[in-house]
Amino acid sequence: MEPNSKIVRFEHGDGLLLDSGVRLEPFEIAYETYGTLNQDRSNAILICHALTGDQHVADDPEDSEKSGWWSNLVGPGKALDSDKYFVICSNVLGGCMGSTGPSSINPETGKIYGLDFPVITISDMVRAQAMFIDRLGIERLFSVVGGSMGGMQVLEWAARYPERVLTAIPIATSHRHSSQNIAFHEVGRQAVMADPDWRQGRYLDEGCNPRSGLAVARMAAHITYLSDEALHQKFGRSLQDRDSLTFGFDADFQVESYLRYQGYRFVDRFDANSYLYITRAMDYFDMPKDHGGILANAFKDTKSRFCVISFTSDWLYPTRESREIVKALNAVAANVSFVEINSEKGHDAFLLDEPEMFSTVSGFLDASADALGITLEQAQGKGV
Amino acid sequence: MIVTETVEHKNRISIAHLVISEMVRENARVIDIGCGDGSLLKLLKDTKGADARGIEISPERVSLCMAQGLSVIQGDADRDLVDYPAASFDYAILSETIQAVQSPELVLRQLLRIAERAIVSFPNFGHWQVRMQLLLNGRMPVTDNMPNAWYETPNIHLCTIKDFEDLCDRVDAKVEKAVALNSKGRRLGINFPIAVQNLIGKQAVFVLRRR
Repeated sequence: MEPNSKIVRFEHGDGLLLDSGVRLEPFEIAYETYGTLNQDRSNAILICHALTGDQHVADDPEDSEKSGWWSNLVGPGKALDSDKYFVICSNVLGGCMGSTGPSSINPETGKIYGLDFPVITISDMVRAQAMFIDRLGIERLFSVVGGSMGGMQVLEWAARYPERVLTAIPIATSHRHSSQNIAFHEVGRQAVMADPDWRQGRYLDEGCNPRSGLAVARMAAHITYLSDEALHQKFGRSLQDRDSLTFGFDADFQVESYLRYQGYRFVDRFDANSYLYITRAMDYFDMPKDHGGILANAFKDTKSRFCVISFTSDWLYPTRESREIVKALNAVAANVSFVEINSEKGHDAFLLDEPEMFSTVSGFLDASADALGITLEQAQGKGV
Repeated sequence: MIVTETVEHKNRISIAHLVISEMVRENARVIDIGCGDGSLLKLLKDTKGADARGIEISPERVSLCMAQGLSVIQGDADRDLVDYPAASFDYAILSETIQAVQSPELVLRQLLRIAERAIVSFPNFGHWQVRMQLLLNGRMPVTDNMPNAWYETPNIHLCTIKDFEDLCDRVDAKVEKAVALNSKGRRLGINFPIAVQNLIGKQAVFVLRRR
């Protein structure tokens, strides 16, 4: 789906044993990088994307048309400055933007995987990323940063590879998916699977696409990314291109029209089966369960520096969940900072223009680089 | 927390910070509860090599602290200290904050639980100027280190040096050291009787440990 990205390939014998017990091989990871890796390979920052994100985190310097999903935060001169840092972002395992996922070819059958693709977990995604980071020849990451599902990967990185993660910035995330979050995901999956064009997951072979189902899934999910306040401010009860109600089921209200637009725009860029697999991975995420029921055990003896960020109006990953993470990190005397940023934009705030998040991230990174004795060279031609 | 612009008051705050930092041993693990802009933490980090942590209620100030490389958690002294394991720190510092918390007694007990020693500084409500204002004017005192009117002050639990000593008894804290500063920020001699310290001490700094 995304031929432009760089790809690393892991061949037979170099595969990954998934949490499900299945061995995935061969597999590929698609990625993008921004900025320059410095001499001592100490300025690499890995960005982990959220459910429907991809590797295109920042604007494409060669193509002004291609904007990155986190270009508010990442890019030259931004809080996460690609003039200073070597920024890496890879498409998750199970994704549909170049990394191996359910829309890839199953080497055993020569056909598209579909539901034959093994169920993956956040931990699988992170272990695949670690193999990919090895390939780049990077031993330690100056930082691992991500929001939402990206934040889950950040936590998993910090727990699994503490010696490889100097700083970790989990944003608007949780250490385990709540019952409410699983419930919303289930609604989305049921919408996809109820679409007759889903064809038991074989829609690509049969030349169709469960557009309606995936669009409805996206519409429902999109509501959870906003807040009551944000929806009210943006749309209120305003009508869409009309002066009065039509007494029908057309999109009378702007909010309806907006959701339909969001839903159908999403279908054009995302694979329905990937949506099933990645939401499943999030649902299975439960760090305490993986560590004897105690979250703090996941971070025992960690030397990483943590910066945890949440947003006041995020009801999908509410502040209390970030506080649980902070509490666990305190329990193991980890170096942790935490800030809850005032925002009315809901969960989506982490992707939007939130100056306080930007200054928090840049301040934390600068100070950490200083404390860890990491020299950050400016990119060529941009330095002083 | 007390916020004021007077130079004299600012100086006295920073003198109080110096007094506090003298009481902290090298390379100690320290938490400053209500750490504000992080100036005390920075001082402890720079002069004592302290592993300095903070709790601060305002998100803007938390970001400010983080930009200085301090590890600060946005939180509330009244609510969040219970989350820290016992004896996590060498010192828990409550600088000019105890008078603004909901439950000074519970907070003090928490300090003594999470740290080996607690260092508490506060404005002394027994200072003669305060007493005079109430006596002569019959009104709630407004001074340079308590600059707000009664209806808008964050200082809901003001106390005198004597009152604070009673609280120390009540929570089974042993007073290891107590220093009163006069209105110039100078330390009163240790030979001054407590009644005199309570009268001319504008600010007090106590070092406590569990009995």
